[in-house]
Amino acid sequence: MRITFPHMGSSWIAFKMLIEKLGHKPVMPLRPSEKTLSLGSHYAPEFACIPFKILLGTYLESLERGAEMIITSGGMGPCRAGYYGVLHEKILRDMGYNVDFVVLEPPQKRAVDFLRKLGKITSGKSLPAVWEALSTTWQKLRVLDQIEELSYETRPRETNKNETTRVMERCYEIIDGAWTKEDIRISRAKCGELLKAIPLDKSIKPLKVGIIGEIYVVLEPAVNFDIQRLLGDMGVLAHRSIYLADWTKDNTFFKGEEHIKQAARPYLNELVGGHGTLSVGNTVLYSKNGYDGVIQLAPFTCIPEIVSKSILNRVSKDLDIPVLTLFIDEQTGKAGIKTRLEAFIDLMYSRRKYRQEAVI
Amino acid sequence: MKIGIPRTLTYYAYLPLWETFFRETGCEVVISDETSKGILDKGVEYAVNDACIPIKLFHGHVYNLKDRADFILVPRLINFTREKSVTYCPKFLGLTDMIRASIPDLPPLIDFRIDLREKRRSKHREFERMGNMLGISPYRIHRAFDKAKKMLYSYRKQIAAKKTPEQALKMLLDCPHVPEAPRRPITLAAVGYPYLLYDSFVNAGMMSKLHKMGIRVLTPEMVPEKLLAKKAKRLPKNLFWTFSNQVVRGAIYYIDDGNIDGIIHVTAFGCGPDSMVGKLIELEAKQRAVPYICISLDEHTGEAGVLTRLEAFVDMLKYRRNKS
Repeated sequence: MRITFPHMGSSWIAFKMLIEKLGHKPVMPLRPSEKTLSLGSHYAPEFACIPFKILLGTYLESLERGAEMIITSGGMGPCRAGYYGVLHEKILRDMGYNVDFVVLEPPQKRAVDFLRKLGKITSGKSLPAVWEALSTTWQKLRVLDQIEELSYETRPRETNKNETTRVMERCYEIIDGAWTKEDIRISRAKCGELLKAIPLDKSIKPLKVGIIGEIYVVLEPAVNFDIQRLLGDMGVLAHRSIYLADWTKDNTFFKGEEHIKQAARPYLNELVGGHGTLSVGNTVLYSKNGYDGVIQLAPFTCIPEIVSKSILNRVSKDLDIPVLTLFIDEQTGKAGIKTRLEAFIDLMYSRRKYRQEAVI
Repeated sequence: MKIGIPRTLTYYAYLPLWETFFRETGCEVVISDETSKGILDKGVEYAVNDACIPIKLFHGHVYNLKDRADFILVPRLINFTREKSVTYCPKFLGLTDMIRASIPDLPPLIDFRIDLREKRRSKHREFERMGNMLGISPYRIHRAFDKAKKMLYSYRKQIAAKKTPEQALKMLLDCPHVPEAPRRPITLAAVGYPYLLYDSFVNAGMMSKLHKMGIRVLTPEMVPEKLLAKKAKRLPKNLFWTFSNQVVRGAIYYIDDGNIDGIIHVTAFGCGPDSMVGKLIELEAKQRAVPYICISLDEHTGEAGVLTRLEAFVDMLKYRRNKS
């Protein structure tokens, strides 16, 4: 069967391998472009958030290229993204596409449903083979996260501009080529070395910025104008608070977010869905860890992030940490984002200078 | 002791419960003024600019009560129905914290949190906590809670008997009202959240305009709860929000029922859940060939604009009826 899935950062490298290992043919989702977005916006409800529109556009593009089954994730609310699968399917059916639409709900809430759907995808494979495919995919996702994290530390200090980006392209190729657990381990070491070999200017002490917000906009460079790279090129170390592997872990059987929720408690003692509570908690943690500022990324009309934005004003004042909120929709332009980032960076630099002078 | 209750959001669904409880425990209830330009302006000033108009209005109503009450009730409804898998919109869940962070110098907020999914903290416990906060004896709390519950049930009965919330509230609690609507042939289902449908300021007097055109308007609240619950099966997966489920099920009920000429979805600009709700209703109506219109409200909504759209829609319905 020809299977496709949503595009989210570099995770396609792992999912491509998973689908091939399960004996299907992947229809690779294209990196979201302006065409994807306008296609999605055309058929999506006006006030759906940008992830909904991008995903719908991506599905339509993949269907044109011969996909027969779409696999995506579900959710149990209160963020509306958990309902996107249902509505996407209804819209595609209304448009006349007869596609197999598989929405994987969180296994701890809908165990039977999850196993049934998993069975549908993995039919004809032995249990050990399925387990091998799943666990290597997991390993690959983690390696991708780790390598990307390294690259964000390197970029602001590189001596030759753009070298990190070039090396990362090579890294993605290496990881894409690794198929067994051993290979993936080796590829991780190789990529680590490649990144370490980049000449750095050690005298630079880059500004440190934390990135919080809604997961899709934070993870998909095509939507957030590759903000981490953009910041890196402007000499800022951008640390992001969400990684796909961690998030999947926290939202299935393991609970790893408790300390973040704890940090949010004085300001927001309620789970408001999506990453709303975590955005507040992470801002508190970033300020405690001496970061110079926080950037909140979210789609326009995102419900949980509107709640946290409203509260972040207070957090920012109380803990004395600047917060820049960027709501992104189909009208947002790169130049606008860049100007706002430049202004924000100027502000953080002058704050740092002012503080140093105050100490002396 | 004066308790302030904002005249918006949960007001239309639960006012009898709050008001009776406070009255019976010997508190004075102050309800914020009817929505006006002044209240809206204050809301826009204090609320985060990305919020939808109902949230901005809520800020405005709380501000309106600021100097008139000793406590302000900001209900934090998480789960207040028999269904276990639903909550309210995330903006409702974080509302108390938003208000606290946005409006300075407020009297203490009564953070009334109901989550029936947690067994230990049932409705009753929460009323006890609220009463303790106000220094009321357990016996009085208990008695007032019983009365409040009964009042809520009779309120719901009135609405199921096709009374508008204003009429029902007037009957039960002596609240301001609107004149009764005449019953005439063309029937519309107006579906949307109670804080939009029944606040005549925010919807630019939509209901009375429809009544003046001689149209019978039905709302989701008028469908008995049991019948609404049955319609849940029509969707592959429940929505996560109580009010949204009510709206979708109400819409499906009226569409299935077949006794309506058209359906109006009333929504707020940028409403998150409604982006899902609207499309679901639209697709459902399209399948059954029921005319559908969506009226989206924000702080710039004018009467003339709403009226023009309604008139055009009603004209189309009349034309359609004459043709068949």
